[in-house]
Amino acid sequence: MATSKVTTATFDAEVLKSSTPVLVDFWAEWCGPCRAVGPILEEISDEYGSKIKIVKLNTDEESAIAIKYGITSIPSMYVFVNGEVVTQIVGAKPKPALLKDLESFLV
Amino acid sequence: MSDVRNVVIVGSGPAGYTAAIYAARAQLDPIIYEGSVTAGGALMNTTEVENFPGFTDGVMGPDLMDSMRKQAKRFGAELITDDIVEMDLTGDIKVLKDGSGNTVKAKSVILATGSAYREIGLVNEKRLSGHGVSWCATCDGFFFRGQTIAVVGGGDSAVEEATFLTRFADKVVLIHRRDSLRASKIMAERAKANPKIEFMWNTEVIDVLGADKVEALKLRSTVDGTESERAFTGLFVAIGHIPRSELIVGQIDLDNEGYVICEGRSTRTNQKGVFACGDLVDHTYRQAITAAGSGCAAALDAEKFLAH
Repeated sequence: MATSKVTTATFDAEVLKSSTPVLVDFWAEWCGPCRAVGPILEEISDEYGSKIKIVKLNTDEESAIAIKYGITSIPSMYVFVNGEVVTQIVGAKPKPALLKDLESFLV
Repeated sequence: MSDVRNVVIVGSGPAGYTAAIYAARAQLDPIIYEGSVTAGGALMNTTEVENFPGFTDGVMGPDLMDSMRKQAKRFGAELITDDIVEMDLTGDIKVLKDGSGNTVKAKSVILATGSAYREIGLVNEKRLSGHGVSWCATCDGFFFRGQTIAVVGGGDSAVEEATFLTRFADKVVLIHRRDSLRASKIMAERAKANPKIEFMWNTEVIDVLGADKVEALKLRSTVDGTESERAFTGLFVAIGHIPRSELIVGQIDLDNEGYVICEGRSTRTNQKGVFACGDLVDHTYRQAITAAGSGCAAALDAEKFLAH
């Protein structure tokens, strides 16, 4: 399953009210490490899409949400369960390291 | 992959890509592991590079790396966007393992793994990383619009970051342990002329304060030891780099700071068939152009080695 884009308008339904865990990738076009980690998140989404939903939030376009969650570094990848942030991953990481961080959601 | 390659290049900054260009043109059929998230190296996190010869009007760091990458590809270098996670460089045939579990064997290896950001080494620096503490002004500066932030360091990267951050921040305070900058003159003067930049000399950061985000820094004078606190919402750490030599410790001779030791002016390491270039060997110059130059030398050294 490919990743999808979320906006302020869809954040509530797509993230906060989701019945499965959701990883929100806070990113922007101009951020090199964000572009590096993008394809890795696509792969994880393809492989584990039934366990975890991966969505992308562009911090340039949706800065209000980024500010609300106190994002000061991108990429930041926050996992939401039942509307709450349960895991925060900051910075681009290789796939094995990301999978390890997300381990508990992927079983 | 059971065949033995002529040369594997590990790392993909200006050194790695230049080595790939030369090795590919020498028809050595190189394979280059670019790194899964570090492809392009340190220049990927910079903005404008003004001093790379041949670019009259400057060039964006990521664009320069993209051009080098394409040039390597054009001559047939095989580019792999993955990490090398294990290396055995001691035998005649070198064995490397990548992050996906594949093994590649080679007669020669060019190490170009570069360097990583140095941390101050404070517990709270790590805890608040991503919550106000950052190592990448170009990535994170945007989130500090209208705020007062600190940059710690005194070299080119600190001054460049401080100058860049004034695009967003109301005030940038450059905190430096000494009473003058190590940065190049042109950059230092630019920063000194910038009304948004304030300098705090002879000062070191001894703690980062804040419950879940940076609120203040605890500072200490390097002259008389006086401690003070000052409110900041962000801390950018630019105190230099450490060589990424952790995978080769025990196999390749390193100096006491972890840089690879090469033989004389060559790129030859103590292991036959293993060459090193770029920031991994260089604690003096650390420029894109010197890294590219040493990448070229490494490819030529490897070519000569393979011919014998």
